[in-house]
Amino acid sequence: MRLLKLVPDDTNIDFLRWRKLASFMSFFLVAVSIALVAVKGLNLGVDFVGGQSVRVEFTQTMPPIDDIREKVGEIGLGEATIQQFGSDKAVSIRTALPEGDKAVAERAGQQLVAGIQKAFPTAKTGSVETVSGKVSGELLRTGAISLALAILGISIYIWIRFEWQFGVGALGRLFHEVALTFGLFAVTQMQFDLNSVAALLTIVGYSLNDTIVVYDRIRENLKKYRKMEIIPLLNLSINETLSRTVMTTVAMLLALGVLLIFGPDVIFGFTAAMLFGVFIGGYSSVLMSTPVLVWLKVGPDSFVPRTSAGIMGGERVERKDDGAVV
Amino acid sequence: MLDFPRWKTISICISLLLGILFAIPTFLPQKTFDQLPGFAQMKVNLGLDLAGGSHLLLEADIADLNKTQLSNMEKTVRVSMRGETGPDDDIAIGDFKASGSTISFLVRDQNQLDDARDRLFRETQGAGLTGQRDWQIDVVDNTRIVMTLTAAGRDQAIDRAMETAREIIDKRVNELGTREPTIIREGSDRIVVQVPGLQDPKALKDLLGRTARLEFRMVDPNGTVGPEGPLNVPIGSEFVRYAPNEGGGAPGEILSRQVMISGDQLIDARQDFNQQQLPAVSIRFDSAGSNTFARVTGANVNKRFAMVLDGQVLSAPTINEAILGGQAQISGSFTVQTANELAIALRSGSLPVKLDVVEERTVTPELGKDSIEKGAIAGIIATLSVLMLMLVVYGRFGVYANIALAFNVALIIAIMAFFNATLTLPGIAGFVLTIGAAVDANVLINERIREELKRGRRVFQAVELGYSEASRAIFDANVTNVIAAALMFWFGTGPIKGFAVVLTIGIVTSVFTAVTVTRMFVAHWLRSARPTTINI
Repeated sequence: MRLLKLVPDDTNIDFLRWRKLASFMSFFLVAVSIALVAVKGLNLGVDFVGGQSVRVEFTQTMPPIDDIREKVGEIGLGEATIQQFGSDKAVSIRTALPEGDKAVAERAGQQLVAGIQKAFPTAKTGSVETVSGKVSGELLRTGAISLALAILGISIYIWIRFEWQFGVGALGRLFHEVALTFGLFAVTQMQFDLNSVAALLTIVGYSLNDTIVVYDRIRENLKKYRKMEIIPLLNLSINETLSRTVMTTVAMLLALGVLLIFGPDVIFGFTAAMLFGVFIGGYSSVLMSTPVLVWLKVGPDSFVPRTSAGIMGGERVERKDDGAVV
Repeated sequence: MLDFPRWKTISICISLLLGILFAIPTFLPQKTFDQLPGFAQMKVNLGLDLAGGSHLLLEADIADLNKTQLSNMEKTVRVSMRGETGPDDDIAIGDFKASGSTISFLVRDQNQLDDARDRLFRETQGAGLTGQRDWQIDVVDNTRIVMTLTAAGRDQAIDRAMETAREIIDKRVNELGTREPTIIREGSDRIVVQVPGLQDPKALKDLLGRTARLEFRMVDPNGTVGPEGPLNVPIGSEFVRYAPNEGGGAPGEILSRQVMISGDQLIDARQDFNQQQLPAVSIRFDSAGSNTFARVTGANVNKRFAMVLDGQVLSAPTINEAILGGQAQISGSFTVQTANELAIALRSGSLPVKLDVVEERTVTPELGKDSIEKGAIAGIIATLSVLMLMLVVYGRFGVYANIALAFNVALIIAIMAFFNATLTLPGIAGFVLTIGAAVDANVLINERIREELKRGRRVFQAVELGYSEASRAIFDANVTNVIAAALMFWFGTGPIKGFAVVLTIGIVTSVFTAVTVTRMFVAHWLRSARPTTINI
């Protein structure tokens, strides 16, 4: 049986030639994302802003959103955010916290459900969530802290395991990925809740695998081809790992695509974010995380000091420690 | 590469076998599962977001607890100033003041100040590890004793109250007849209640939101109440409002501050009907309570007493005769359901602190079922497509990777079942990521083998190098993921924690299956077939 090769043998693309363009693109996209988040804002779910959210499914034809908004307005819980859910005849209806935050969950959620059932007798309420302002504030804080710490902790590990330039590169890349995903949430106005944070963390974890694979190869090649110029060396490393990058990305896109189409509505936002993350992850590992190393002047000396500059015999010992093949 | 020791093969096979065995109960239908012997009853629970049910986060009203502590201390002070031996041992006190976490009072005779302080010292205790006491006692202006509740004393009280509250909630939720509720303390002042399959959390919330502090107090005949509120409140009495829908139009009653008998002395409470065949709650006191009740009612015939629940009057009937035998009936405008709820609440004891619902999440079982079904189908299609891709791209090595992947899934489920962990939506995210990582590890290894073959290495050497060279990147990638997972577990809440747990388990199992298990297959095949070329 002839096996499928996603990337032909002897592929040799000069990726680094586009590094200026790619860096510009990345900077531009990150800036646009930040601007989008600042201007349009995120559509924060009840997890982070508090309030109540009810998921309503209509068994027959769905009434126009304006109708629903009007009916919900009559319940008297203030302005409602109404959003279509997945592709079904389902909407999520969200209202803000009523005055007197304390123990809001006691009544407001029930009030909303009762009101909706009265206005639309055929509708079914699938889920009710009520979060008080205090709890939502804590969730937002702990979510942000764990995300930031995860990124930082990872970068420090890479700095220790590789070299500081690689740590900076990884930090930049993770920031890039997170910023762009936030941008996606801002532009689509998909609801951003605790599950979205889980999606973000998954994207961070996935990007990391990519970064490490490429960086590991760069380190290996730096030791192997000590006389090679840095740009051809980076190109070589990217090309050598390209078939792996493509294969893994295709596998992930395949799995996530299936989940997006056939999976339950509840994970739609999550899967969409992941899909986007994997897509930009593929781009980043080829065109984003390596140019950083050129600017930060990574060279063979980053791992093994030249014998003239270093201590005699140090070279050999270090090679052994790193487990490199000589 | 070729020498894969026998002990290694055996231990790998044993762990894979155990993995499958532990994973099986999770997939059995509930009926079959219930018939398994106890030690085998381990499975992965589905989170409420997937299976449907209610999740409530309750938070203690610390201010309320503080108030109770202060008023309890006031009682203690009054009792301890009354001498043990007789009236000549009394210490005269007055001008009680309470504010914030401080109470203070005047000692009328300055010579008794030290004695008063000693008595109070006996009533307070050490709290915490620092040797701090729960109350700090100071003398001000040689006339006043000021008692301040210390931080340690407050924390200790919160801790005790929360532990009791947890036990009481446990009793109440179980009385509702719900299946496998989870009730755990979270942080210092919160309790999480999770009830699977519960569609309408209203009854649960009504039950848990009720402190159920029941008191019987005499109505002060000297007090007068107008249609709007109290008109004349004598010293030693206070105005207490009627509960909504009670009192027949009267706003409240003037009640003596002294509690005649309280709900602590109940031994039973159940829903019943009164003489008019309306729902009511019958209660029974313990022997001490019965005696007190008989004595007090006997001494106050033709006077009115009030039943007060959580600071609101339910009813205030006239005592017709001494009530003997420790039986009484609480009346009010109940329905059978509300009477039953009150009975449960009284039976399980009163909560030592008022609890507020600060977070509520309910997913109906239908939606949960729908999510699981669709998720399972999508999961199977997604897995099959990845397996196909691996097969098409790597041939025999792809088959090995696929078998390892299947074992990986079984192992993750087995370990989660072993720890009785709960799988939530973010948990599935973690699952997807680890499957991705496992696929990636095999891709790395196989691509490396291809590369080494291309460089002209012989089969055995290429495979050997493929594994050893790829392992380094796999190791680094997984350690970083463990770091991320640990930080998320440490600092994250709820869903993020769930994600971190699955991720950590998945990282360990995916490295084991993707590297070690496939290596075992490959080694055995190479040893028996001794191929000179391989198709990869």
